Amino acid sequence: MTDKDMLFDYLLRLGDNSLILGQRLAEWCGHAPMLEEDLALTNIGLDLLGQARMFLSYAGEVEGNGRDEDRLAYFRDTKDWRNLLLLEQPNGDFAMTMARQFFFDSFQYLQFEALSNSTDERLAGIAAKSLKETTYHRRHSTDWIIRLGDGTDESHERMQRAIEALWGYLPEMFDMDAVDEAMVVDGIGADVAALRPEWDEYVNGVLTEATLTRPEDSWSVRGSREGKHSEHLGYILAEMQFLPRAYPDAKW
Amino acid sequence: MSKNNKGELPLYEVFIRSKNGLDHKHVGSLHAADAEMALMAARDVYTRRGEGVSIWVVKSTDIVASSPEDRGSFYDPADDKLYRHPTFFELPDEVGHL
Repeated sequence: MTDKDMLFDYLLRLGDNSLILGQRLAEWCGHAPMLEEDLALTNIGLDLLGQARMFLSYAGEVEGNGRDEDRLAYFRDTKDWRNLLLLEQPNGDFAMTMARQFFFDSFQYLQFEALSNSTDERLAGIAAKSLKETTYHRRHSTDWIIRLGDGTDESHERMQRAIEALWGYLPEMFDMDAVDEAMVVDGIGADVAALRPEWDEYVNGVLTEATLTRPEDSWSVRGSREGKHSEHLGYILAEMQFLPRAYPDAKW
Repeated sequence: MSKNNKGELPLYEVFIRSKNGLDHKHVGSLHAADAEMALMAARDVYTRRGEGVSIWVVKSTDIVASSPEDRGSFYDPADDKLYRHPTFFELPDEVGHL
């Protein structure tokens, strides 16, 4: 891989994370437990879509093959997607959605903080702008973890079940492959492995306050950096990509 | 989550200040379990398009309102007391618009 290929891949990872999670949140539109939360989830989803656009536009320019953000979003198949497996997992119940959001928000907050010091000025700018949004996302999801964990018997049980169901998807966030290493050496990327202690400290604090039990590290799955995904991504892409694939260059 | 007896979350009134220096204005209401949830919901529901720089949320039940039946005794007596308006003073031209 050339430097350019690696930067392209790195930007895809960032953009795909935001896009797939944003798409998942959009599924809640009109279905959230209450109107206020319906707006909150779609707001957050739109924030993520905005982040994805910035990352994917930049990725397209780096690649230099004339692919723009839409081309990258709508005309790639599953093996070319680089989002974390965690983010393509189904919404499940509200506890599951919030647990997924909380684990990612608390990671993304630290990653954007690190990336806002990137030697790549464009990337640093995108990260600094996104960090403000993610700061709010984390506050919102943290509030729900505590509220539901330390809530009724049923909400506690569902939240505990959700964090256990997702726990094995979390180690992948902190993986470092050759691309990550190269980006760190160049001062462009974030050393995600080094973020783990701070992430643990924050997450442990919230779980404790929420009276939830931190699951044991027993199983884990990974593969997104090589384009190996769970079956769920295919369904997401089928829904998200149908229109532009059936009617290329359709206009509103 | 605390719920009232209708099975709904308590109602909060939302006030937004659109710019520094202006007053908070009532913009609407929403349901929330507590003040923190109300504040975040107000942010999401009422400031999405850059409407505000400051939010107040107040439990609707904490607002004391005058009742419509008091309209006569509260407001009508002011109708014929024009002398309470400062409209009888001659303003020197130099003052201009106050």
